[in-house]
Formats: sequence, C-alpha cells, structure tokens
Amino acid sequence: MKNILIVASKEIQEGLRNRWVLATTLLLMALALTLTFLGSAPTGHVGASPLDVVIVSLSSLTIFLVPLIALLIAHDAIVGEMERGTMLLLLSYPVGRWQVIMGKFIGHLAILAFATSLGYGAAAAALAMTGAAIDAASWTAFASMILSSVLLGAVFVAIGYLVSSLVRERGTAGGIAIGVWLLCVLIYDMALLGLLVVDQGRTIGGGFLNALLLANPTDTYRLLNLGSESVGALSGMTSIAANSGLSPSALVTALLAWTLVPLAGATMVFSRREL
Amino acid sequence: MSETVQVVAVTKSYGNVKALTDLSCVFREGETVALVGHNGAGKTTLIKLLLGLVRSDSGTVRVLGEDPAAGQFAARQQLGFLPENVSFNMALSGRETLTFYARLKRVPLASVGSLLERVGLGEAADRRVGTYSKGMRQRLGLAQALLGRPRVLLLDEPTTGLDPALRRSFYEIVAELRADGATVLLSSHALTELEGKADRVVIVNRGRKIADGTIEELRSIARLPTRVRVTLADSDAGSVDDWIGRTGAWKRINGHMLEIDAEPDAKISLLRSAASPDAPVIDLDVVPPTLDELYAHFLATGEACK
Repeated sequence: MKNILIVASKEIQEGLRNRWVLATTLLLMALALTLTFLGSAPTGHVGASPLDVVIVSLSSLTIFLVPLIALLIAHDAIVGEMERGTMLLLLSYPVGRWQVIMGKFIGHLAILAFATSLGYGAAAAALAMTGAAIDAASWTAFASMILSSVLLGAVFVAIGYLVSSLVRERGTAGGIAIGVWLLCVLIYDMALLGLLVVDQGRTIGGGFLNALLLANPTDTYRLLNLGSESVGALSGMTSIAANSGLSPSALVTALLAWTLVPLAGATMVFSRREL
Repeated sequence: MSETVQVVAVTKSYGNVKALTDLSCVFREGETVALVGHNGAGKTTLIKLLLGLVRSDSGTVRVLGEDPAAGQFAARQQLGFLPENVSFNMALSGRETLTFYARLKRVPLASVGSLLERVGLGEAADRRVGTYSKGMRQRLGLAQALLGRPRVLLLDEPTTGLDPALRRSFYEIVAELRADGATVLLSSHALTELEGKADRVVIVNRGRKIADGTIEELRSIARLPTRVRVTLADSDAGSVDDWIGRTGAWKRINGHMLEIDAEPDAKISLLRSAASPDAPVIDLDVVPPTLDELYAHFLATGEACK
C-alpha cells in the first residue's frame, strides 16, 4: 500500500510541476463559468432551479471533455515511460507492477478530481454568489454530478492504461486513444440513434436498448445525470430514462465495472510484458 | 566468500533472436566483475534477467537467494541498478527524483543530500533534471543505484558520458563498495578502462560465455605474445638482424625502432639478449597484451569454435 501511495504522490507532483493540474483546472473552470453565465442567458427565467440548468450544461461538457483529458493523461502512462526508459529503472526497485499501475491510477484520478471539483465548484459558487435561490436537492444533484464526472474520468483513465500497456509505441497509443474518444463520445450515439430510427422499435426492446446504453460509459453517465427528475425535464432525457428503468445504483455499478475491468486488464498485460 | 548471484544454464530468446544461450556464471561477495561483450552480445539481457525484468526460457537465476522473476521484492531492496541510458522525469529536480527512489527502497531520506554531494550534484540538486547534462544525469543515476548500501550492484555501461575526473571518482566509489563486501557487476565494451578495476572478467559473445576468469588467468590461457619495443643505436641499425633474427616475429617500425612479439616462454630469453652488453639497444619497452587484445583474441577463438 505504501508503494502505491509513493507512486501516486510522485504522479501528483509531476502533474503539478508540468502544469497538467493547472491547465486542466483552468480549462474546466473557464468553460464551466462561461456555460453558467452565458448558457443561462437565453433561457431567461424558466421554472427550473438555476443550478439544475448548470448541471445540464456541465454534464454535456463533461461528456466531451473529461474522457479526452483522462485519455490524454493516461495513454502515455506506461508506454511513454517505457520509451523514455524510466520504467526500466522504476521496475528495478522493490515495487510490484500492479502497484505501479494502481499508484498512477490514484495519482491521475486525484488530479482529475481536483480539477473537476475546483473547476465546476467555482461555477456553482459564482452562481450562489449572484444570489440565485438554490435548494438542497439541486446541491445534492450537483455534488453527485461532480462525483460521477470523476468516475467517468476514472473509466477513461483505466481504458487509457489498457491501451498504453498493449501497444509498443507512444504514437500508436495516442492514435488509439483518440479513436476511443471519437467512438464513445460521437460515433456511438449517432450510430445508436440511426439504429433506433431504422428499427422503429420493431426488434430493439427496452432490455436491448439498456444493454446498448450501458455498453458505452458516456451514455451511462448521461443517463445517470440527465435522467434524474428535475434535471431530466430540462435535458429531454426523461423519456429515455423513464423507459430504461435503470436505477442510479445500477448505472454507478456499470461505471465502476467500466473502470475495474480495463484496469485489471492493464495490470495483467503489463505484468506479463517484458522490458 | 558467499555467492550472491547464481546463473545456471540460462537460455533466453526474443522471438527468433537468441539473446542468451546456456549461460552460467557465479558472482561472489566483495567481487568486482567486468561483463564484457559487443553491443547486442547479451550483456543487458543478462542484467535484466538478474533484475527479474525478463524471464528466462530455461535455467535458473538466483540473486541473493531469490528468483528475481518470481515477483518477490525482498532481494531488490539490496540491489542497485544503473541502466545503460538512464533517464528521469524532466520536470522534477534531482533531489525530488532521488527522494522518490529512496522512499521506494525505504532508505532514510536524510541520506539523499549526502549521496548527491558524493556524486558531485550538491550544487545542482534543486535544479530540474531537464536542465542536466548527460554526465550529470549519469551521476544522478549512479546516486540512485547507491541508495541503501546495496549488496549487489548492476551497472550497465556506467562510465559513458562521464569525464575523466568523474570516472576516477566513480571507480573510487566502486572500490569502496567492494571493500564493503558488495558484488559489483560492470558491463562495458571499453575494456582497457577496466584494467586493474575488475577482479574477474566474463566475456560474452552472441549470448554465450566465451571466457571467465581473472585477467591473469585469461592472459595465461590466451598465451598472447608480449610486445617488446626496442630502440637501436644509430650506428648498429644494420647489424641488428644477427641477434634478433632468432626470436622470430618482429617488425621494423622505423630506422631505429623494432617491435618484437615475444611468446610467453621466449620473453625472458629475448629480454636477456636485448639487455646484454653487445646488443645495440639504447632503450626498451615491454608492453603486456592489453585487455582489448585479450578480448579480440577470445572473440576470434570463440568464432573459430563454431
């Protein structure tokens, strides 16, 4: 356990030093603040709580940005260190390979969690300071949105490690990471939508649709955040969410599985690899 | 002296390439061993095997009583390793880097500062590693290998990029470690440099061990001729053939200088006759075969055996 923490703290130290933490936090903060104040301008005063509006816009932002940031950090983690030769030295120390991966994971996740909480938290704080009335339920929804965003980040960090442990060159890892991002964030949804339109509900039942939604972590995240009652009305996701019948705990479990399976895979592949 | 490293009949191949073939060797406490071979001869593969970074196809490897590939790390606590091209994260300072490795090895962090001083990085300790020169990175690499009084040190081409002064202080450190009872394995292709530094030489070629012994042992096995260089007095340059003719191989370097390759058992008689009053010799140098020549000899005979 101590080894994991040593590796994790070094990752955080490096992240601070090469300004990954700063850049990520500022990016998320700037976008979050922009969305909060510009995004609510056209809606004017709708019945919804202003924080709920922010949750909808920030969730959409998360779906695009957090997987991208996570993959950017993670795709280099193993193959990059191998190419630079630092992994050779690290593994000559009394530290297990699984400890290296877990340590990196915790470190990278801490960076993501810090950036997300601070970036999105700033938006909420700014909103509260303008004097908008926000009820407790909205705050809870906001907090769970941040937590699930970090969880979505964890999913893609884990996927990034799996990619990084499988390939021989950094360039390949980068290419695959971009491919994964495109697939999960853009292509999958378009293909799913096209499929549903073509099918017209003849063969694809609710159960199958659920499976398809759970098969993509970003869709799982979307259901989790945009499907809840007060927010769902705004996002237009209620109909899907109501039909899906997937409970939040089932969705969280799916995201956890999406984290643990690639992480275990990365550990296994990395443990077998010869340097 | 107890054995710290045992390698028995190890074979390792990467795909179709045989990196090591049926290699056996033993390293003991307080012994400095030079591992010598061309690039690609299998030196680095052997070191990686000792570190457990690669697994052997057959044969057994024991380092400090443990199988390094078995996934136990107790032995690595007492192991120091300097890779061939050592590299560090550029963003951290030398001190931060060394502190990280000291933590992993559970070495008291107080030793980090003195270790940096010892390798001559005291001034640069708080600068980013990215600003270091090649030699400074090599020194930092040496510092991390020395963390925690290692019992076995594996140094892969340790002196590349070090200037002569630093090279000397590097070998002083190696001598201290040897006196302390550590096993030091130096891999190199710069052989002449290792003369007088290593107790034993192991020569590998194409994954096979082709020689193993002290430099004196290798010399007596190889029976390489000693080179005797004589400078002749001007007037007698012509008459030299009379007395030198019987010694066999010789060549004239210039008008005054001869170079004679003397076989080990003919050496003394040659020196006697060159030193006798009637020989027209005004100066004489005796050059024993260098490690490079010894190495070339073993490589050539190794090739011939195949």
